[in-house]
This record gives sequence, C-alpha cells and structure tokens, in this order.
Amino acid sequence: MLLGARMIMPIVPGIVFFASAFGTAAAQKGMSLTETVLMSGLVYAGAAQLVGLELWTSSWSPTTILGVALLTFTINARLILQGASLQPWIGGLPGPVLWPSLFLLTDANWVLGERYRASGGRDAGVLIGAGAALWLFWVVGTIPGRLAGGFITRPEQFGIDLVMPIFFAAMIVPLWKGRRDAVVWGIAGAVALAAWAIVPGYAFIMAGALSGALAGALLPEAADAE
Amino acid sequence: MRSDDLLGVDPGTLAAIVAMMVATYLCRILGVWMMGHVPITPFVRRGLAALPGSIVVATVLPMAVRGGPVAMMAIGAGFAAMLVRRNELLALVAGLTVATLARAAGL
Repeated sequence: MLLGARMIMPIVPGIVFFASAFGTAAAQKGMSLTETVLMSGLVYAGAAQLVGLELWTSSWSPTTILGVALLTFTINARLILQGASLQPWIGGLPGPVLWPSLFLLTDANWVLGERYRASGGRDAGVLIGAGAALWLFWVVGTIPGRLAGGFITRPEQFGIDLVMPIFFAAMIVPLWKGRRDAVVWGIAGAVALAAWAIVPGYAFIMAGALSGALAGALLPEAADAE
Repeated sequence: MRSDDLLGVDPGTLAAIVAMMVATYLCRILGVWMMGHVPITPFVRRGLAALPGSIVVATVLPMAVRGGPVAMMAIGAGFAAMLVRRNELLALVAGLTVATLARAAGL
C-alpha cells in the first residue's frame, strides 16, 4: 500500500491543482463547502464532477437527478473497461477487500497499477494504496479552491487540464511489450479518433478500447514479443 | 444560490451527489464483476491483455486532437520525456512546461 502511495506522488501536484479548479467551479455554482467536499469524497471522479456541474441547479427534481446520474455513468463508463482489465489481477481478492477497494479505482491509480503489473509486480496493495493517497489529496485539494476561489484563476494557463492525458501518454511507454502492440494500439487509436469525430461525448474511449481488445483477442500471440 | 451558507447541505444537492456516487461506483465494479463471470479462454485472455494499452491510446489520441496544437505538443513532450528517461515526474513536468509556455505565447 505504501509503495503505491509513493509511486503515485509524481501526479499529486497536478491532481491538487485540478481539485482546486473543481472547488472553484463548485463555488461559482453556489455549492457550500460541505457539499463540495462531499462530492469530491463520494464521487471521486474529476471529469464527471466538472461536467456534472454544467447541469447543476438549485432546485433538483427526480428527472434532473437521474439526468446527472446518467451523464456521470457515460463519462465514467471507461472505468468498466479498466476494471475488466484488472480482473485477472485483483479478481481473486476476498470480497470484503475487493468491493470496497474498488471505490478508490480511478484513472491515475489504474494506469499506475497496469504499469506496475506490466513490469512484473503482483501486489494489489499498490493499486489500493495509490487510490487511497490520491483520494486524500483530491478531497483536501478541493477545499482551498472552494474557499478562496482557487489559488489560480485560470488553471488551464498551466496546463492543469492536460495532467491526466500527459500522464496517460507517458504510461504508453512502459506498457509497450512488442511489435504486436503497434497493430492493436493502432486499431484502438484509429477507431477512437473516428468515434470521436462522429459521436459526441466520451463514447470514443469505449469504442477504441473495445476494438483494440478485439484485435488483441483475434491476433495470435506473436513469437517475437518480449 | 446559497453561497453565503458555507456548511449547509441542500437535500436535493445531496441526492444528486449520492446519485453520481452510485453511478460511478457501478462503473468501478461492473467490469471486475462481469469478467469474474466470463470463462477466461485464450481468446478472452488475449483480449484482456490488449485492453490496458488500448484504453490508454483510445483516451489520449482524441484528447490530444481535441485539445489542438497545445495539447498535442504537451502530450507529445510528456511521451518523449518518458521514452528518454522513464520517469513519470519528469514526463509530467516536461508536458506541463510545454503547455504553460505555449499558452503564454498565445497558442
């Protein structure tokens, strides 16, 4: 667990600034400090929280609540695939450990966990420790943004909106296992770009990732890998 | 708007937050749960092995294109730094530095 917390540290400054940007946006929507912290602590999904705020209202009805839940589901549907990819690794954990731990699953600890596993690691505590450390920084980082209106008024000035894409792009390097990946990832990337151009929203991740997985399933294992 | 009320919790807002939490938690567990009920044949195993890289590539490429030249340069810089030094912190610093400089230059 401590190893995971230590491994996730490089992205922590970016996540704190991102959390602060969310706090600022929540303040602009009239959310109280308690509500803002509750949202970060319970939802713990940056993109969904920011996009969800676009639908924020001061008078909720069952319809608007269902609407925000559905929007959240479509944005976070990528976690379904991330969970599927983790199953062979963590599926054997006892249920009372596995299901609560999955509350901490998010992009950054998922990709870190996959990187750790690709380099031969097997300790599921890395995934959980990294998730717990990130959760803490995410929740605490929300507070100054909500209180002070953010330490920085325009986070995109420093590329804070690009923290996750940059981290993901860097992780492509250690995930590379051989020339076979070029075919699989090429298909995943091409389908994702095509889906992004055609379908609004975040469906491109699902379309691209599933196409890549199908390509990987159909391709015989290459003899030259490794 | 109740922005003067620092600590209060509006019941409707709380319901919306809980609904978002449930939707997100479902996404977090569904994939693990479903794959626990699928026989892991060689076909499925190869597909699962291909999934992590495919998710990463399918996320990054459209985000780079959507973000325009600045995003492409910043993401490219992070990737290049990782390729050379295999250090996540360095990759993030390189990417964010490029983004900051490019945006300061008005790109």
